[in-house]
Amino acid sequence: MIQEENFEHILAKKYMRTELLPHAFCSGCGIGIIERMILMAFEELGEEEWKRTAFVSGIGCSGWTPLYFRSDVAHTLHGRALPFAIGLKLAKPELNVIVVMGDGDSMAIGGNHLIHAARRNIGLTAIIVTNMVYSLTGGQMAPTTPEGAITQTTPYGNIEPNFDLIELMKAAGATYLARWTTYHVIQAKNSIKKAVKHKGFSVVEIISQCPTFMGRYVLNKSDPRDIMQWFKENSIPVSVAATKSPEELKGKIIVGEFLHKPEVMEYTERLKLLKERVGRR
Amino acid sequence: MPGELRLMTGYDALVEGAITAGCRFFAGYPITPSTEIAERMSNRLPKVGGIFIQMEDELASIIAIIGASWGGLKAMTATSGPGFSLMQEGLGFAVITETPIVLVDVMRGGPSTGLVTLPSQGDVMQARWGSHGDYAIIALAPWSSQEMFDLAIKAFNLAEIYRNPVIILSDEVVAHIREPIKIPPPGEIEIVERRKPSVPPTEFIPYLPEPGEWVSPMPAFGEGYNLLVESVMHDEFGHRIGMGQPIAERKIKRIYYKIEKNVEKIAMYEERGLEDADVAIVTYGSSARTSLKAMKDARNLGIKVGMLRLITLWPFYDKLIEELSSKVKSIVVPEMNMGKIVREVERASKGHCKVFSVPKVGGVLHNPDEILSAVKLAAR
Repeated sequence: MIQEENFEHILAKKYMRTELLPHAFCSGCGIGIIERMILMAFEELGEEEWKRTAFVSGIGCSGWTPLYFRSDVAHTLHGRALPFAIGLKLAKPELNVIVVMGDGDSMAIGGNHLIHAARRNIGLTAIIVTNMVYSLTGGQMAPTTPEGAITQTTPYGNIEPNFDLIELMKAAGATYLARWTTYHVIQAKNSIKKAVKHKGFSVVEIISQCPTFMGRYVLNKSDPRDIMQWFKENSIPVSVAATKSPEELKGKIIVGEFLHKPEVMEYTERLKLLKERVGRR
Repeated sequence: MPGELRLMTGYDALVEGAITAGCRFFAGYPITPSTEIAERMSNRLPKVGGIFIQMEDELASIIAIIGASWGGLKAMTATSGPGFSLMQEGLGFAVITETPIVLVDVMRGGPSTGLVTLPSQGDVMQARWGSHGDYAIIALAPWSSQEMFDLAIKAFNLAEIYRNPVIILSDEVVAHIREPIKIPPPGEIEIVERRKPSVPPTEFIPYLPEPGEWVSPMPAFGEGYNLLVESVMHDEFGHRIGMGQPIAERKIKRIYYKIEKNVEKIAMYEERGLEDADVAIVTYGSSARTSLKAMKDARNLGIKVGMLRLITLWPFYDKLIEELSSKVKSIVVPEMNMGKIVREVERASKGHCKVFSVPKVGGVLHNPDEILSAVKLAAR
C-alpha cells in the first residue's frame, strides 16, 4: 500500500501535481524512474529553466509521463505529440518544449512526424520511452519488439525486424542523440540536461521495463528488478560497441551519447532569419 | 488600399481576410484545389510577422495549428477532400480541448481522390459529423470573393468567442473565381481577440466557465497557468477521467450546447424575393450563384420564387426553415452533391411543405435550366 507521505518527496512536492498521486502506472513500471530522471535534470538546470518549459505527449502509457508535472502540459493524440509541439515551439520559441512519447507512439503511428521533426532540426527534446511492446492496450507487437518475441499479436513469434531509433534519427537529421536504460539514472539525467540545453532536435531514448507485458512476453521476467538487472548486464557503452562485431552486439543495448552537433542551425533560428530578410525588403 | 474595389481571387480574399482577423500561423500540406491558400500564406505571413510551415501531411497540419493556438496565436489550415478526411482526427482534438482554430475545406469531387480539380459540395455532412463522438461545429459557406474575405474574419471571431473549430466550406468555384471585392477600412472591421483570465493562475479553473458564459478565458502556454490540455475526457481542471459519467456528460453537453443553443447568434443567411414567394430555393455556396439565375428566369416566367441562401450551414438554423416552410408551397434545394442539406431542410420543415432535392454530381455546376425545371415542378 502506497502511503501518503511518499508524495512528500522533495521532487514531487516541488514539481508534481501531488493531488493526482498516486499515479496510474503498474507496480514496477519504468516510467516513475523516467519521471524522476526528468525532474532531477530540472533540479540541476534550475527554476528558471523549469518555468520556461512545457511538456507535450502522445497516447500510450508513456504519454501519461508528464501529466503529473506542474507545468503546461498537452496530452495530445496517438502519434501527434510532435506536430503539436512544433506549432507550440514556433508560436513560443523561448519555451523548452519536451515531448514524451512511447516507441509505438513515436516510431509507428507518429513515425512520419518523427523523421520530419528531425529533418527540420527544430528545437524540441524528444524523450522516447522504449519498452518494446504496446502496453496500454495489453502487450501487442511494437516496431521495437525483438524478432521472434511472443506478444498478443505475434502468438507464433514476431517475424518483423525492429527499428533502431538512434540509427533512424541519425539518418533523418537529429543533432543530439543519447540512449540509456532505466538502470542508468544518473547518465540519463545528464543526457536529458544536455538535450534540454541543446538548440536543435534532440532525442533521448530510455529503454524501460514494462513488467506487466514486455517482461512477461518478451523477456520471460515479471520482476522489475530482474528486468533492470538484464538491462545492466546487456548494456554496452557506445565506445566499447565500436570495437565489436555485429554478431557480438546481437541482443545488446548500446548506451551512451551517440551524436552532438550544436553547430547545425535550429529551425526557429532559420525562420527568424527568413522573417528578417523578408521584412527588410 | 482599404475602401477601394480590388479584383481578387477567392483564395486571395480569404488569405487577406484571415490576416486582417489576426491570423499569424498557418500550417498546411499542398492539395488541389486549396494549394493556392498555402502558397499565398507562405508569401504573406512572414511579411506581417507571422509563421508559415509546410507540414509532412494533413494529420500534422491541423495538430500544428492547435499547438500554435495554445501558444497564443490565431491559426489556420486549408485543405481539400482527402486532406479533410485526415483532419477529422485533429478536429475532434480541437473540439474536446476547446481550441480556437479555422479550417478551410475547398471542396472537390469525391469519393477518395475523386475529381481533383472539379467543384463539389460533397463534404457538408462530413463537416458536421466527420469526427467521432458527440460535438457541435460551426461551418460557413461563402459564395463570392467578397465573402471569402468577410467570412474569414467572421470565422476567426466565432472560433475565439466559442473556443471551437470553425470550418470554412468553400469549393473549387468560389476559391478560384476572380471578382471585385471591397476591403473596409481597419476601424470598420470587428475583430474579436482572445479572452484572457482575469484571475491569477492559482484561482483559474480552465474548463469552468463563469456564470452566464459558455466557455472559459484561454491563457497560452508559458504564462504560468500550468495548463493541462487533455484529449482524454476531463473534468473542469483538465484532469483526465477514465470513468465518471456525470463529469463526462456535463462536458459533452456544454461543448454541444455552446454552439447549438447559440444558433440564432451564429446563423447568417441572405433572403431574396421571399416576400411573395410560393416557391423557395434554399441553397448555399456556389450553387446559390446558379440558383440566382434560375430564380430570375422563373420570375420572368411569372413564377413567384425566392431564395434563402444559407451562409452558416452548421449549426443548422431549424427555426428559420420551419418558418419558411409554413409560408411557401414548396422548397427546392439545389446542391452539388446527391442531396445532403436537403435532409436537414426536410427535417426542419416538419412536413409543412413539399421539399424537392436538385442534386448535381460529377464535378460541374448545375445548369440554371435544371434548377428552373425543378422550380416549375415545385410551383405546380
